[in-house]
Amino acid sequence: MPDPRDAVITGIGLISCLGEGEDAHWTALNAEGGFQPVTVDGPLAGYPVHPMAKLELGRQIPKHGDQRQMEPWQRIGTYAAGLALDAAGVKGVPELLGRTDLIVAAGGGERDYAVDTAILSALPGSAEPEMLLNERLLGDLRPTLFLAQLSNLLAGNISIVHGVIGSSRTFMGEEASGADAVRIACARIAAGQAELCLVGSSYNAERPDAQLHYLMGGRLHRGPFTGIWNRETGLILGSVGCFLVIESREHAQARGAAPIAQIAAIATDRCGRAPNAARAIAEHQLAGMRQHLQPGATAVFSASAGVAPAMAEEAEFLAGLDLPVRGVANALGHSVEAAFPAALALAAFALGHQKLFAPLQAHPLEAPMPERLAAALVTGWGHWRGEAMAVLTQP
Amino acid sequence: MSLPDRDSQCRHIVVVTGTGVITSLGQGKAANWQALTSGVSGISRISRFPVQKLRTTIAGTIDFISIPEPSAPAMSENLALLVMEEAIAEAGIGGNGDFPGPLFLALPPIEIEWPQRRALAAASGAGETVDYGDLARAAETGAFAGYYERFLFGSVAEHLAARFGIKGSPIVTSTACASGGTAIQLGLEAIRRGETEVAICVGTDASINPESLIRFSLLSALSTRNEIPEAASRPFARDRDGFVMAEGAGALVLESLAHARARGAGIIGVIEGAGEQADGFHRTRSSPDGKPIISCMHRALADAGVTPDQVDYINAHGTGTPENDKMEWLGVAAVFGERAAALPMSSNKSMIGHTLTAAGAVEAIFTLLSIREGILPPTINYDTPDPALPVDCVPNVARRQKIHRAISNSFGFGGQNVCLVLAAAPS
Repeated sequence: MPDPRDAVITGIGLISCLGEGEDAHWTALNAEGGFQPVTVDGPLAGYPVHPMAKLELGRQIPKHGDQRQMEPWQRIGTYAAGLALDAAGVKGVPELLGRTDLIVAAGGGERDYAVDTAILSALPGSAEPEMLLNERLLGDLRPTLFLAQLSNLLAGNISIVHGVIGSSRTFMGEEASGADAVRIACARIAAGQAELCLVGSSYNAERPDAQLHYLMGGRLHRGPFTGIWNRETGLILGSVGCFLVIESREHAQARGAAPIAQIAAIATDRCGRAPNAARAIAEHQLAGMRQHLQPGATAVFSASAGVAPAMAEEAEFLAGLDLPVRGVANALGHSVEAAFPAALALAAFALGHQKLFAPLQAHPLEAPMPERLAAALVTGWGHWRGEAMAVLTQP
Repeated sequence: MSLPDRDSQCRHIVVVTGTGVITSLGQGKAANWQALTSGVSGISRISRFPVQKLRTTIAGTIDFISIPEPSAPAMSENLALLVMEEAIAEAGIGGNGDFPGPLFLALPPIEIEWPQRRALAAASGAGETVDYGDLARAAETGAFAGYYERFLFGSVAEHLAARFGIKGSPIVTSTACASGGTAIQLGLEAIRRGETEVAICVGTDASINPESLIRFSLLSALSTRNEIPEAASRPFARDRDGFVMAEGAGALVLESLAHARARGAGIIGVIEGAGEQADGFHRTRSSPDGKPIISCMHRALADAGVTPDQVDYINAHGTGTPENDKMEWLGVAAVFGERAAALPMSSNKSMIGHTLTAAGAVEAIFTLLSIREGILPPTINYDTPDPALPVDCVPNVARRQKIHRAISNSFGFGGQNVCLVLAAAPS
């Protein structure tokens, strides 16, 4: 039964290696002859990434001054936020933007890699390396680079460029932050604490420091692309920008906005990842939202990073559901904070078409689904911590 | 209709039943309150790393605690741990590693730092020039797996959640210098929603290292009054020239009044409301008309269901930058009208410096203590009044004054504004 406090998605902005917006993604996901992943060698040679498609930045970030003030992760996110606002009919409407609550999931911004490597090269030969470090950082860092690095400055740029100023909160913490951003937005809407939210994230995979971090942890895939469900070597990062306009059903109705999908349920949790602990959380979450699934018309959209052992445990859990699964990272790469919002976006696109796209990988989990699609179970297990689950339904 | 333990809008009343704090003034509420009400400064010359060539060489570092392998996340985690222990002990709930609610943690952004970068470079065996490909070769050995976990954004909250038995997915937030306020607002909202009866809200920041200091320095945000460190932080004074970076942490156990009463918990004060308003004017500067700051305070008061006349004290953001103090006064003057000049408004930052991510939480605790103890901490170093800011900043000496309700402001880069309304425990 529709409820006025239902959280519905009324706008989606998604950009990735597959292109910009719903049509580009839908076309790529339904390519004749099967899906073809888009990867290139990453900034660390030998380690692939899914690169961001070419963007005409001016379409969403009109002022060159704004573009210059941002680093790529902020441009990606600000661009995707603009697409979502456009799609929801909120863009350029000050009355709505002035009370839109913004929740962004973010990591940190890019560094000046030339400065880093110049300093690292100079330090060993210096008699006073600490003093040299002070001198070089003070002399070589661009003063405004800090504003491209601070986690909350993606939100800051969205406020400046698009005028979203109701409120602004940034969550951090890898995959879990993206899922919690959506969960908190939905909880506030259900409780009447918010009416209209812009929620999402961006990730720039084409950064040497990003790849280096997962490489230090032994969690970065090396060599040619392989699908996530039989990958044992780690994740392949993907550049993604994804924002969702989420609002109460009554608010959407009152302004004549057409819902794309309803977030019927969402839950997040954590555990220390003892064997089967994440699975136990998922079983519990599923028990709380199973009533929203549509027998014979439900598919799973997994945001799995493709990192063992979490991937293996999730694959086992999903196999037990006997539902067709799509590993979103097979298409977009793993976009960390953006991974869960992006999985929601692909699920919402598919619900809009009432059709699941073809398998992304030849694997028993990714079965074809000729039947009509009426509900999507979205899973978001972080590669290290965090377990999230949501159900999207027809609005 | 009014229900017991509900506010005028029928929501759960949210109270504070435990707090913990650490700053450069010391560890724990007692030490901090003693120093704060005596007008003592915690600012000193930086001794943690060489400061040659730097424009600013002072800070409010916490040097009386040391940990192995220090880094911003490791030290921030340690400070959070200490204040959470203090807050949970005072609240008398969940102290057995089984805290019965969620964690909302304000944390500075995280990335690997120069000691780690240099260790990777040294291990890479690179020759005259080092690039990220060389660092990758060192990383491939697996010898730096510890850095991976330490510098994940989620690892601080994960370690704290595991240690204290936090329920649910911990929320880690960064809204720059308003982060502590945001963490408290998230907890307030969760309890009002009925999602939980208890939550712990924490702000922590121990990010004083060369690059962090230099980044703020390059934005001309920091005081360069290095000669007398304790006199450098000068909120509202005419000769203020920037803020002083500082470390600190604060933790608050939030609880529904009904729950606190049912278990007979001591109540420190009430979180009556919170307001926020983003500013889309500029990345570091407030909208010149002050509208977002004004709106933020109005929203907080409306959320609390009170009028400006019912506020007795303002715990100012008061960073001591020329811009902040001017804009904050402009906002306060607009919201409080003729009363503004007579309304005491002091800045804890004159003594503890700017604890950045932690400031909103640390200063909310000091505000609650001000209400409970009936003492307003002073704004020290106020010897050259700024005629443009006719503020009663409680100059230089603490004041005994009974107050019932206060607001605490936090403003940050990126257009972040949060205001909390705090009041005395219900009789």
